[in-house]
Amino acid sequence: MSIRLTLGTLAASTLLLGVAAAREPVRDIERADLPGQQVFARQCAPCHGTGPGDDGSPMLPGTAALAAKYEGALPAALELRSDLSAPVLTLFVRRGSGAMPMFRKAELTDAQIEELAAYLAATAALNTPATD
Amino acid sequence: MATPPNMSAADFADGLSAMRSAVGADWVFDQPADLNTYRDFYSVLWGEPEEKVASAAVAPANVEEVQQVVRIANERRIPIYPISTGRNLGYGGSAPVLSGSVVLDLKRMNRVIEVNEDNCSCLVEPGVSFFDMYRHLQESGSKLMMSVPDPGWGSLVGNALDSGGGYTVQGYRGHFEAVCGIEAVMADGELFRTGMGALPGSETWQQYRMGIGPCMDGLFRQSTLGVVTKMGFWMFPRPEAWLSASVSVMRYEDLEELVRIANELEYGNIFNGMPGFSSPVLTQGNPIVMAMVPDAAEMNRMVEESGIPAWSFSPNFYGPEKVIRAQWEYVQSRFAHIPGVRFAEQSFVDLPISAEDMERIHKPRFGIPSLEIFNVGSRGYGDFNPSDGHIWFSAVIPRSGKGIIDANRVMRRECERLGLDLFMFAPAVTCWTRSFVLFAAVPVYKDPARNQHLREAVREIIDICAEHGWGEYRCPPAFMDDVMGAYSFGDHKLRRVNEAIKDALDPNGILSAGRYGVWPKHLREGRGA
Repeated sequence: MSIRLTLGTLAASTLLLGVAAAREPVRDIERADLPGQQVFARQCAPCHGTGPGDDGSPMLPGTAALAAKYEGALPAALELRSDLSAPVLTLFVRRGSGAMPMFRKAELTDAQIEELAAYLAATAALNTPATD
Repeated sequence: MATPPNMSAADFADGLSAMRSAVGADWVFDQPADLNTYRDFYSVLWGEPEEKVASAAVAPANVEEVQQVVRIANERRIPIYPISTGRNLGYGGSAPVLSGSVVLDLKRMNRVIEVNEDNCSCLVEPGVSFFDMYRHLQESGSKLMMSVPDPGWGSLVGNALDSGGGYTVQGYRGHFEAVCGIEAVMADGELFRTGMGALPGSETWQQYRMGIGPCMDGLFRQSTLGVVTKMGFWMFPRPEAWLSASVSVMRYEDLEELVRIANELEYGNIFNGMPGFSSPVLTQGNPIVMAMVPDAAEMNRMVEESGIPAWSFSPNFYGPEKVIRAQWEYVQSRFAHIPGVRFAEQSFVDLPISAEDMERIHKPRFGIPSLEIFNVGSRGYGDFNPSDGHIWFSAVIPRSGKGIIDANRVMRRECERLGLDLFMFAPAVTCWTRSFVLFAAVPVYKDPARNQHLREAVREIIDICAEHGWGEYRCPPAFMDDVMGAYSFGDHKLRRVNEAIKDALDPNGILSAGRYGVWPKHLREGRGA
């Protein structure tokens, strides 16, 4: 079900523009060509991807939630995070967090979590600005 | 080790051992860390002794393995509880209704067996998610559109079996209405096919739903009678365009006429998309929670002062541009006699959808799965952020203006009296053909005290709605007995017939015990307690 069942287009836009209007979506990032890219795209990106949502929402829900949680101290987009090792991912994936439920081994294996961790680390590195 | 009710650890271990032989040791789970992933994350019983939890889980890869697991369970009377993708959160998720059941996790059965472009149909396994299917359609260059719920992370099969709904075209968006052909493993392990699937060599399984004799598809909706392993769906040929419009009226008393004409137009196929009904003036404060409908004089005063319409009806059209614009023109003509009526074209989209349009559309209207609904409740809007999830209360109400007003007033009044928070409230949702379903989303927290209050309040709401003749179409496991109990005509004949069928088809009572209030004979008296 969707909230938009009850709304006209105008109201829906107004609603979701309020989510994180001050924040701009991350649009263009370079992605590591690793097996975890497909895992991320299929299992994580619908909530934690970059780019805006529909109906004017500036961020996808997981990204918006992390933007609110970290208030800029950490990137809201998981693909820009360099601190998500496989054990850390496992903790969140197997236990859930907030409104995000747990993922079972039948839908996301331990090996795929390892692939995810490698992909996120490599992608974060690709998008880290050079400091020298 | 947790065990099913009334089963020794040794017998259960023997059963699990046999299941490991059937599906492979990697796909039988009985350790606490794994079983934790089989809880309903949005359960209103979270963390309480009554929470419905699995004793083990088994994930077969194909029909033959399902048959073996069911036979093993039947021989030993091990209760099993099939799930498809396990994403029916708040309605049970991947947890069983009877604690101690073994979850039969069908997620690995994820084959799109066929998409028939000429027949506009598909045949899929239960582990196929809406995202999987959308990707398949995109990659194969399909000209077909599916109907998706919101959020779209669940299973086509599981969502249809629980009577889920989408947003697209009449006949498709009530997902069980689009089913044509079911294959199920019955409690004895035998394979059963409905409709034309029962005729060997038939090429018409996804064309003619009925076959011969009683239509059996309904046996598997919200049921305890089989493990569905294949399901056929009719699909909509991708239209050339979509048009969304609005008809707004300025008086309290116009609602009855607005709904009456809208119904006639929809039943006559003048528009085919899901219509919306709302009250702009009563959703000013919160666009997703409609305030209580005041009396006529007060509502008309609010409209006069604000200039905001009292009611709106939003027809949606899918088809060739020339056709749908003509339909919209005709729709306007039917409402033109209402004083002060306003018409507006809200949105027009050409298909296939351009990249630019993709960023402004509500994707599920176009059969595109999305999780963007989670902007509400996680960190999006209202005073409930972040909640730990939500449940829906959703009762079928009369499809009339009076139905909207009565349901609105009763629910608003009773929820306020009971202290039941709502973060979405819509008294007239139209996913299912010819019906209005009241939808109220209630935030859930991992807090036993709050959840106990929530459960008591919801049970009272169920009874109050039943007194008005309004029954839920679907509900969380914690309320299944209560909701089935409300359908009490003929001294609960509905439940008793279900129980008689249950006893005949599943005499050992191994399948989905307690689902939607139907318990096997040996658990009937205590209703699983």
